[in-house]
Amino acid sequence: MSGLDGRWTRRWIEAVAAEVARRKLELTALDRAIGDADHGENLDRGFQAVLGRLEALDDDATPGAVLKLVATTLISTVGGAAGPLYGTAFLKASMAAGDRAELDAAGLVQVLTAARDGIVARGKAEPGDKTMVDAWTPAVDAAAAAGDDVRAALEAAAAAAAEGAAATEPLVAHKGRASYLGERAIGHRDPGSESTSLMLRAAAETR
Amino acid sequence: MSVGLVIVSHSARIAEGVVELAAQMAPTVTIVAAGGTDDGGIGTSFDRVQAALGEADSGDGVVVLCDLGSAVLTTETAIDFAAEPERIRIADAPIVEGAVAAAVAAEAGGSMDEVVAAAEPVAREPERRADAPDAGPGDDAESAAEPARLEIVLENEHGLHARPASELVRTVSGFDAAVAVNGVDAKSMLRVLALGLDRGSTVVFEATGPQAAEAIDAVGALVRERFGE
Repeated sequence: MSGLDGRWTRRWIEAVAAEVARRKLELTALDRAIGDADHGENLDRGFQAVLGRLEALDDDATPGAVLKLVATTLISTVGGAAGPLYGTAFLKASMAAGDRAELDAAGLVQVLTAARDGIVARGKAEPGDKTMVDAWTPAVDAAAAAGDDVRAALEAAAAAAAEGAAATEPLVAHKGRASYLGERAIGHRDPGSESTSLMLRAAAETR
Repeated sequence: MSVGLVIVSHSARIAEGVVELAAQMAPTVTIVAAGGTDDGGIGTSFDRVQAALGEADSGDGVVVLCDLGSAVLTTETAIDFAAEPERIRIADAPIVEGAVAAAVAAEAGGSMDEVVAAAEPVAREPERRADAPDAGPGDDAESAAEPARLEIVLENEHGLHARPASELVRTVSGFDAAVAVNGVDAKSMLRVLALGLDRGSTVVFEATGPQAAEAIDAVGALVRERFGE
């Protein structure tokens, strides 16, 4: 396969939905420690709704069309901060993808960058605030540095997001519900950074 | 018509309760609750917020009061999707006090900017000069004019608490005058309430502007009739 087409995008989203369903208790447990204990359930509700709506989409829908459907569905079904944050990420990603039939490595980097920028604009978090930005930013940087092999870029992004998520553990939170906890947030991984890592790992493993 | 309000809370009951409280102060303002998720749980619903924004806009715009983080994120996302985003503003204010203050300002016919300003907290205001009422027209030449002044003791049972304070705000908003009560803007519900003036307090009203004298007369009448209590 050369680039990432609409069918790949759809398989990726289906893999994300399956992983979120499988790991929702784990994500919620992370959120219970430093948040409001709903991240796994909220994302699962959102991605199950996405699966339902994907069936109505044309088989030859572009990556941008798939991403846009994910965006609008997450925004209206997730119910927590993850809804507007991931919804905005997928919306900006779909705009960056435009009507291209396939994304090459450069296109992937544009899409990931747009997603990350959308999250930053919506949530106003910076790197080090113990949020999903701490997984997204290293992922974007790693994908950009990976060269022109789209597979290598996906793998680099997934690996960097996993490291970024782990690196949120020693941090004090400056955004979101965890920011009310002060130093008690130290030692806990940010749930949003972990779900970001999950999504990018699923992308790297989708053929 | 007036500016409409939307109350966005993680809890449907909080949103409805805030609407109930604020509506008491503002019987003609459209105030719409957007609380909880679509299935009645704790969270915020993009669809509910979007519907409430449409319902609350009767032509003069909408001001939104939010509780915690994702209520703000959901509202901002809904604004991004709005056909006319410039007609919607989020007030950075505590949801209960802010909603009451915003409702009073909207009831008095305030613009979106005035409603937002009324809601936003007193604590964020910069320090004011002790020698000048903040409602004064500033440092231009006209400010040299002597303000119309009234010093009076509050004799109504509840002093300048919520309902009398809203009466005061409504009364002074009807005049082309800047009115200060003990040095704070008498058109700002939150600032008036923050004075904490009880029965027996001595209050100084000062007004400047074209209708300063009329405004002071109206305020005097209001205080003497004990705010209708």
